Amino acid sequence: MKKFTKPVALSLAALTALAACVTGCGSSPAKADSITVGVANDIDSMDPNKTVSAGTREVLYNVYEGLVKPDSEGNLVPAVAESYEISDDQTTYTFKLRDGVKFHDGSEVTADDVVYSIERCADASDGNVLAPAFSSIKSVEAPDDRTVVVTLNEADGDFLPYLTTAIVPADNSDYENNPIGTGPYKFVSRSVGDSVVLQKFDDYWGDGTNGGNPAQIENVTVKAVTNPDTIITNLQGGSLDLFIHMTQDQTDQLDDSFTIAEGTMNLVQALYLNNSYEPFKDVRVRQALCYALDRQKIFDAVNSGKGTALGSAVYPAYQKYFMPELVDTYTTDTEKAKELLTEAGYPDGFEFTITVPSNYGPHVSTAQVLKEELADIGVTADIQGVEWETWLSDVYQNRDYEATVIGVDASALNAPALLGRYESTADNNFVNYNNSEYDETYEKALASSDDDEKTALYKQCETILSEDAASVYIQDLPDFVAMDSRVTGYQYYPLYVLDLSALKLTDTQ
Amino acid sequence: MIRLFHFKNIPENKRYYRIIGCVLTAAVLILIIVGQVCPPYSPTEMNTADKFAGASIYHIFGTDNFGRDVFSRVIAGAGTTLLIAAGTVLIGLAGGIVIGSIAGYFGGPADEILMRINDTIYAFPSILLALIIVSLFGSGTVNLIWALGIAFIPSFTRLVRGEFLRCRQSDFVLRAKLEGAGALRIIFFEILPNTVPVLVSSALIGFNNAVLAEAGLSYLGIGVQPPAPSLGRMLSEAQGYLVKAPLYSLGPGLMIILMILGFSLLGEGLSTDSDAGKFF
Repeated sequence: MKKFTKPVALSLAALTALAACVTGCGSSPAKADSITVGVANDIDSMDPNKTVSAGTREVLYNVYEGLVKPDSEGNLVPAVAESYEISDDQTTYTFKLRDGVKFHDGSEVTADDVVYSIERCADASDGNVLAPAFSSIKSVEAPDDRTVVVTLNEADGDFLPYLTTAIVPADNSDYENNPIGTGPYKFVSRSVGDSVVLQKFDDYWGDGTNGGNPAQIENVTVKAVTNPDTIITNLQGGSLDLFIHMTQDQTDQLDDSFTIAEGTMNLVQALYLNNSYEPFKDVRVRQALCYALDRQKIFDAVNSGKGTALGSAVYPAYQKYFMPELVDTYTTDTEKAKELLTEAGYPDGFEFTITVPSNYGPHVSTAQVLKEELADIGVTADIQGVEWETWLSDVYQNRDYEATVIGVDASALNAPALLGRYESTADNNFVNYNNSEYDETYEKALASSDDDEKTALYKQCETILSEDAASVYIQDLPDFVAMDSRVTGYQYYPLYVLDLSALKLTDTQ
Repeated sequence: MIRLFHFKNIPENKRYYRIIGCVLTAAVLILIIVGQVCPPYSPTEMNTADKFAGASIYHIFGTDNFGRDVFSRVIAGAGTTLLIAAGTVLIGLAGGIVIGSIAGYFGGPADEILMRINDTIYAFPSILLALIIVSLFGSGTVNLIWALGIAFIPSFTRLVRGEFLRCRQSDFVLRAKLEGAGALRIIFFEILPNTVPVLVSSALIGFNNAVLAEAGLSYLGIGVQPPAPSLGRMLSEAQGYLVKAPLYSLGPGLMIILMILGFSLLGEGLSTDSDAGKFF
């Protein structure tokens, strides 16, 4: 028996030492250069053009870049391109490529890669265009090795934001398992449903002075926390260093070891109604729901009284187009709502289901308050919580739902990114909105080359959406970000962007 | 067969188990009935001006993040949870009795086939199995009951089969056979009544597991849909506000403890086979 004691004791000691190293080493040198960032949903695709989820886009912002990219003020700055020129008739966009831009696999970006990337998104041969806006492209050519010329079918001064489309190598076909871009972070690994590991890209072209900012933290793990109730315990327990898109009720609970930043989410949160579902086909029913809405109650319940009221499909970061007065199209009026319902043939109300992704706490809470408010006008709303993947396929892609609470963001910084989805033929018109007056106005706005006229027409579109009650527009949510106090530098963007390269780690321990 | 307060020949500790179990269960049941008949507040009524209120004479468990009365939600939620647990055990027991008695009574190839299939399903943790069923057929209270009920069948099947194997060769079964009784008659009128004591105690323990499973699934966000209260969902929501409003988690937590403790003690006190609990 005695013989065994020593080895056992030794191996125990070794195990203890190992365990000490795992915890000890984890917090000193390794941790000093790596952080874990929490997000609400898992990445739906690593292919920059196949993802439809804003939560994925904001992460992929760090991996992929376009010819131009948005900065924190909403301006488009050259990225893979060094400079660009737009012809006076707004049909020809000429890009001069930057020297020394490398893909994550080490190869240099060539004009052919750029042409391939744009053509891939414009390709309609399998009946499914990756970037619908690219259907207006007449040709993409590379006259020499450093120049790319994009020619449009007709004048469009709003086209540049679409060229934030990711530039990818022409010879890569495995986007999911081997995503290659030019961004400050490169892809290392991914476990589906859980996390994506990113690493600083050492050959990044940006040096902080030429428009691109290199990554400052070596390793970043982006972790999906799909149960919103566990966010606080994850942060407090130290398994997350940063969480984006939180509510004030949540951040209030964190202690002094966290820094809290406040901004806005930049999305249009609404009770989106499936306009081809029977009761919602009638504009009076949709308006009745708008009259039932009391935004302040939602602000109180979801965000401690904060929130920016929205009356249409544009959020305030779009200073040029935002119309705050549309909030007053409907004021809370239960009687008026009941009258409209009676006129529409529902004197006793009706019942419908709100499908809501259960990983998004604020949307679930909003749905619960809405249920109470709708009960006041005799309408029964049932809440059905679903997983994010189910929401994406059933609600967003197959449009098989009655109503949903979600926030819609803009994928590019121009009006069509928000208003285009209401055109009756749009691929992403998930509310099945169908209004010929809207279609006409929107087409006119697109075709217009006079900036003032264009703005006026877009505003008219917003007014139509509001008056026709395309959906029940609620708010742009306040957006809180909690960071471990070692992390600094978080930057808000007017778009859905999580800029990891802006983050710094200061070692205070 | 079982008389709750028939204490002759019953060890002293089991008597206490029975009495305490009865008191706790009765208390929980009374609260649930109060919650159904005349709750202090509507469990879904919101009052955002009064959110996260502390314990007071008006809200003895305080209020939640929507300003809803936690006590009213706890007793309403306990009702939902109880319904789900009862439904689950009923389905599990019914399925278990049918499959287990066929396998146990007939034996041979029928036994082999049924029990191997049963073992395969049993190899999955019941929550995982319920998770699969819920994700296939969607969430909601009724689906949840079916999902958990089906997941609970294998453990009851094993139990019933064991009991049938034990009784199959008994004298009273042989006598019934000699008298010309058919298989169904023997199964339902001869053997089944003899398994009741074991079934009752294991059903009560299964009941506990069902309460915990409901709490677990709702905790994962796929059980009962908001704003309907259930203990598991409330606990899950309370976790998000653990620092700000620790009282919020106390209400549903206490209720789960009371329920489980009551049924466990009752089950323990009623069990004649002290190993019955191990099947779960």
